[in-house]
Amino acid sequence: MSQPLTLFQKVWNEHLVTQQPGAPAVLYIDLHLIHEVTSPQAFTGLREKNLAVRRPDRTVATVDHAIPTLPSKDGSVAGRLAFADDLSRKQIAQLETNANQFGIRSYGPASSQNGIVHVVGPELGFTQPGMTIVCGDSHTSTHGAFGALAFGIGTSEVEHVLATQCLLQHQPKTCEVKVEGKLGTGVSAKDIILALIAKIGVGGGIGYVLEYSGSTIRALSMEERMTICNMSIEAGARAGMIAPDEVTYAYLTGKPFAPQGAEWDAAVARWETLPTDAGAVFDKTVTLDASALEPMITFGTNPGMGIPISGKIPTTSDFSESSQQAALEKALLYMGLKAGDPILGHPVDVVFIGSCTNSRISDLRLAASVMKNRQVAQGVRVLVVPGSQQIKRQAEAEGLDKIFKDAGAEWREAGCSMCIAMNGDQLTPGQYAVSTSNRNFEGRQGKGGRTFLASPLTAAAAAVTGQVTDVRTLLDE
Amino acid sequence: MQPFKNINSRVVALPLNDIDTDQIIPARFLKVTDKVGLGANLFSDWRYFSDGSPKPEFILNKPESKGAAILFAGDNFGCGSSREHAPWALTDFGFRAVVATSFGDIFRNNSLKNGLLPIQVDPTTHTLMHELLDELPRAEWNIDLEAQTLTLPNGTSVHFAIDPFAKTCLIKGKDELGYLLSFASQTAAYEQTHHKQQVTA
Repeated sequence: MSQPLTLFQKVWNEHLVTQQPGAPAVLYIDLHLIHEVTSPQAFTGLREKNLAVRRPDRTVATVDHAIPTLPSKDGSVAGRLAFADDLSRKQIAQLETNANQFGIRSYGPASSQNGIVHVVGPELGFTQPGMTIVCGDSHTSTHGAFGALAFGIGTSEVEHVLATQCLLQHQPKTCEVKVEGKLGTGVSAKDIILALIAKIGVGGGIGYVLEYSGSTIRALSMEERMTICNMSIEAGARAGMIAPDEVTYAYLTGKPFAPQGAEWDAAVARWETLPTDAGAVFDKTVTLDASALEPMITFGTNPGMGIPISGKIPTTSDFSESSQQAALEKALLYMGLKAGDPILGHPVDVVFIGSCTNSRISDLRLAASVMKNRQVAQGVRVLVVPGSQQIKRQAEAEGLDKIFKDAGAEWREAGCSMCIAMNGDQLTPGQYAVSTSNRNFEGRQGKGGRTFLASPLTAAAAAVTGQVTDVRTLLDE
Repeated sequence: MQPFKNINSRVVALPLNDIDTDQIIPARFLKVTDKVGLGANLFSDWRYFSDGSPKPEFILNKPESKGAAILFAGDNFGCGSSREHAPWALTDFGFRAVVATSFGDIFRNNSLKNGLLPIQVDPTTHTLMHELLDELPRAEWNIDLEAQTLTLPNGTSVHFAIDPFAKTCLIKGKDELGYLLSFASQTAAYEQTHHKQQVTA
């Protein structure tokens, strides 16, 4: 019997085109997703060098970062309201031009299937187990939920992949993240990943590909698995992966670009060989007890600054190193919070439910379950932004939009929206937001804005109470 | 990309941990379709008041930072988003090297492709460097990429590691694309021999 391998090692080995002495590996890329913000300079590079896109059939474009999310007056997607500014309009037009010129399938502003790149890829079945997937976006790690090796790249690398369908890569190390135990009521996938990042830190995963395993992970839906893999990058990891199983295959069945018929059976047979072999060795292992988790929330200015919702904001005495103490003080100064205070009850100005982390139909269902027959608290602005046009239609078919609107929330078109605040959806200086997105960096959701990262349930609880609230107090017994 | 030459330069000290790319260049400056002039927006929210006037106490606005080519930061510099606008902004401002105890993965890759040298040092060396910067804030440091040494004003020479392939690319000022393109026939052979599910058919 050959040497036992991890999921990561199998996918890596399968994609090695060549490995020359003294040079990084040349890794073949199966799927290249592009969007408007990190691709224009790459296409300029191709034109300057007179190069074609090697595999337009392995390249897919969508618009998400800068797209407006306000519904159009005439009800059509194409007739959306004005862009935040002319630069955004031009950037999106540039993607359309580039996709047309180089023969790339594109879900542009007028498409009924556009949306956040990490939502669209999986829901259309482009994302499949065992693939290598890249995109000029750090949250490409999302696609690892299918057992793909998926990671974010810079614009130079976007150009490399467009031109050669390959990337130069050094082989990362592997870390198994074992999550065992049953999640309590009101605790979700977002809380698992926030707890993990709080445990290992925002640099804890540098140089590693994380493989999430254990009974808790197996019990999660694909959408929940995506939430977890999505934030692998927030621990600094190269990628996050979850071995494919029946849950994965059930999700992919019938997706427009997933294999069909005899090809499907052959694909599943290949995918079933992907999970980590018994006896395979990881470079590192981290464990997490899911049954001990409560809803998590961040208090600071990076995703590692998270605490259980009933916990207290740390004090400098909780840290041994002066650099950590300084980081805490700087974060609390920016956030306007006091060390040692509880976070429960802190007033909230805005609630954002959306982003590639938590904008899928199950996320919206969870948020709606809390907001149903309740009202958004006075003075609170609530944005609900579905991850794709398809999710938007599904939510409307289920009446979720009505629940949100009846509660007093804004129901928007698909896009990245207030996660990155490039499209006009943003916080004003000093505002506090509970957000289901992935980054609470200073100014991330708008200059001077202050972000508490949390799950869709916790966000919905803040929406109806106007403060940081333990959602478990609002759930039916 | 310009060939990387040895550096003699003053050092800008920003010794904070986890400086993310949203701080290096906020997302609202990513709406451009070229790479030009991003240095003006480098560390924008730390560097300017809301009316656009510079904050005099911020290190980049101090006269001694003018012309400096070396940035000194803490752990995990460049974490967060994949935006290559971060190294574009740093190099446009004039930086050619960043010294830190660790780097965000994607940021490190992006930097190497733009002639910006990420120098990783161990925490003990980092502390010594930090103390030296407090003592001699205007002294010049020397970076010799060929020898992989960083020489401090007290004469201490620190060896740093760098991937040999990236080192060659930096010294020659060569992008990796030419290297990748040279494997076109191997890539075609790979495509023939490996089962590939069609993607967009």
